[in-house]
Amino acid sequence: MKLTLVTGLTGLILLATIVELLRRRQLREKYGMLWLGVLVIVIPLSLFPRLLDNVAGFFGVVSGVSLVLFLGIVFLLLVCVHLSWEVSALEEETRTLAEDFALLRAEIDAERAARLADGAQVTAATRDELVSHDG
Amino acid sequence: MVNGKRVLIIIPALNESGSIADVVGEVRGELPGVDVLVVDDGSTDRTAAVAAAAGARVAKLPYNLGVGGAMRLGYRYARDNDYDVAIQIDADGQHDPRYVPKLVDLLDDNDLVIGARFAGEGDYSVRGPRRWAMVMLSGVLSRVAKTKLTDTTSGFRAANRRVIEMFAGWYPAEYLGDTVETLVHTARRGYRIRQVPVAMRKRMAGTPSHSPAKAMIYLGRAFAVLTLALIRR
Repeated sequence: MKLTLVTGLTGLILLATIVELLRRRQLREKYGMLWLGVLVIVIPLSLFPRLLDNVAGFFGVVSGVSLVLFLGIVFLLLVCVHLSWEVSALEEETRTLAEDFALLRAEIDAERAARLADGAQVTAATRDELVSHDG
Repeated sequence: MVNGKRVLIIIPALNESGSIADVVGEVRGELPGVDVLVVDDGSTDRTAAVAAAAGARVAKLPYNLGVGGAMRLGYRYARDNDYDVAIQIDADGQHDPRYVPKLVDLLDDNDLVIGARFAGEGDYSVRGPRRWAMVMLSGVLSRVAKTKLTDTTSGFRAANRRVIEMFAGWYPAEYLGDTVETLVHTARRGYRIRQVPVAMRKRMAGTPSHSPAKAMIYLGRAFAVLTLALIRR
């Protein structure tokens, strides 16, 4: 009974955390929905750990709890791989942005330099003109 | 212009304010009429300012991307500004710009030309795991590229328009990706690769590492990168 209390409470706290993060718009919906889906499965299991014993028996696993443990680890590994993949995609995107930014900055610098050079030429020409008028 | 071709020299530089002015100055002195683009790969020193003062065009990345990131930027610049040839040169001064016309000439019949150490000219030697890595890389890559390649990690390369176009859209930013993986990729797509012997000089600044542990790690990473490059599409 004590154990059921601990696992059930943990499940409920996790659920509250996810809902709160979604409410504050701190989690993208796709991740929020993923974890909510997980909790919908996990909370009944935390209250009734024997729920999966029959399914476990079918797969040759002695206890339903062991099956849940195994599936949980596989699921978490998959989530980690997915996150690495997302980070790789993000890095590729920021890399492209950094390159675009550097190219634009180089272009602006070149234009500014050209304009300054033009300006210098114009001032020199006007000065020459003034000098010739005076002379 | 070198032999009637618009040439861009791309120099990726990370914290090279000690040598970059001399390198840019030498390139401009030896090769008048050639444009120099220094890609500052997120340096924390005055590399960009020093390079600009020396007369190079400078593209400054907001943070460090690695040689591969800097080089793709360089190739994109070359493509956007319609250059016929793009040549990569190291910022530490070990590549002699007097070899550039030779590389450009060879681009008439090839798509990518590599300036290679250990190919007869100059004196440059390595031993231990680093040597094994180089033997492994050159053996496998020579077979893939169907031409003799002895210095596959050389950062002295010339690319024609076709290869510039390809590199502008695809250039790995990972470790050794800029050298090993690009060679596999280029060879697999049927581009002609050729190496020419060049003498390397001592670096103007900085020192190469000689730790045996680092050399072993290098060998392992080289093997991993090569294997990945071969099984990738």
